[in-house]
Amino acid sequence: MERLLLITTLIAIALILTVLVSLRRAHIRAEYSVSWLAAAVILLVLAQAPGLLGRLAAWLGIADQPTALLFLVTGVFLAVFYRFSIIISHLRDANIALAQRVAILEFRLENVEDGRL
Amino acid sequence: MTPSAPIHPLLEDGRALILVPAYNEEAAIGPLIDEVYALYGKIPILIIDDGSQDSTAAIAKGRGARVLRLPHHLGLGGALQAGYRLAFELGFEFVVRIDGDGQHDPAYVTAMLDAVSHPGVQMAIGSRFLHANGGYTSLPRGLGIRLFRTFLRPILGKPVLDPTSGYVAVSREALEVFSRSFPLEYPEIEALVVLRRRAFQFVEVPVSIRPRLAGRSTITALKSVYYIVHVMLGVLVNILIFDRRRWR
Repeated sequence: MERLLLITTLIAIALILTVLVSLRRAHIRAEYSVSWLAAAVILLVLAQAPGLLGRLAAWLGIADQPTALLFLVTGVFLAVFYRFSIIISHLRDANIALAQRVAILEFRLENVEDGRL
Repeated sequence: MTPSAPIHPLLEDGRALILVPAYNEEAAIGPLIDEVYALYGKIPILIIDDGSQDSTAAIAKGRGARVLRLPHHLGLGGALQAGYRLAFELGFEFVVRIDGDGQHDPAYVTAMLDAVSHPGVQMAIGSRFLHANGGYTSLPRGLGIRLFRTFLRPILGKPVLDPTSGYVAVSREALEVFSRSFPLEYPEIEALVVLRRRAFQFVEVPVSIRPRLAGRSTITALKSVYYIVHVMLGVLVNILIFDRRRWR
């Protein structure tokens, strides 16, 4: 259990550092880094507060704390992925609308130049 | 060019547009445009080039058609919606969609326009099952169509024989709806539901579906299964969204 908590702590720290470096290099925008940082902090807290993890495991009805940790980690990342799915969907809709508008404007411009509109 | 068929008045006076979505159809698009012009003379025809990597757009322009070039590949629904938007903005009253692969015989455009210009009708669907020689349908597609017929019957409130047909004519009322809201992927069935749930009426018109003029279909068995699941989910989501809006 202690080794699992240590690995979880290291993963959380690595995730925080990776996100901060990516932010500094402008590889990721601040608004999209929040979900990852929040997920990493939740992992860190769970790994560093075994008492909290124990209470959560009991509340979830999971006798085995490592199983509870994996369950919670999965839940945290599912939430992150779901948020990104919503963001991607909005971006795709905006991209399609933009591409359609660009095409229509280009069409109108060409036809004005050709004297067909 | 002297037309070989009587021109429908809606085509003759420029109130109707033929819309052709095309993606990498350089081998088929030229003969298709030639066929339309041979049948009806120089009528308005708009090719929507969905980000083709080949010379589809250049060939279409060279044949004298007007081309709406999308900056990148959007998929059938996104491409069609762009065409419907432009047609609506340009003031067309009726639009007939035929596919760029040549499977839809343009000889039926007149019958489609007759049907959709009938009072109280907003959409006409070209149905291969109403025609004596409607054309070959593969076993998976045939099974899919039967499944969709059963699934759609209670939703549409009336039977539809060929719900996956892309040979479609719409009135300006439907054009207005499609220019604002149109399903993006596999749009035929969802579009039918979108209109029907706004109490719009559709009719089916007998048409014959031909083999592709060139190229091969990209539909595989796995894609067919994905198509069925995707469309059913899309229809259910459409119903949920519509019902939620009704309560606002």
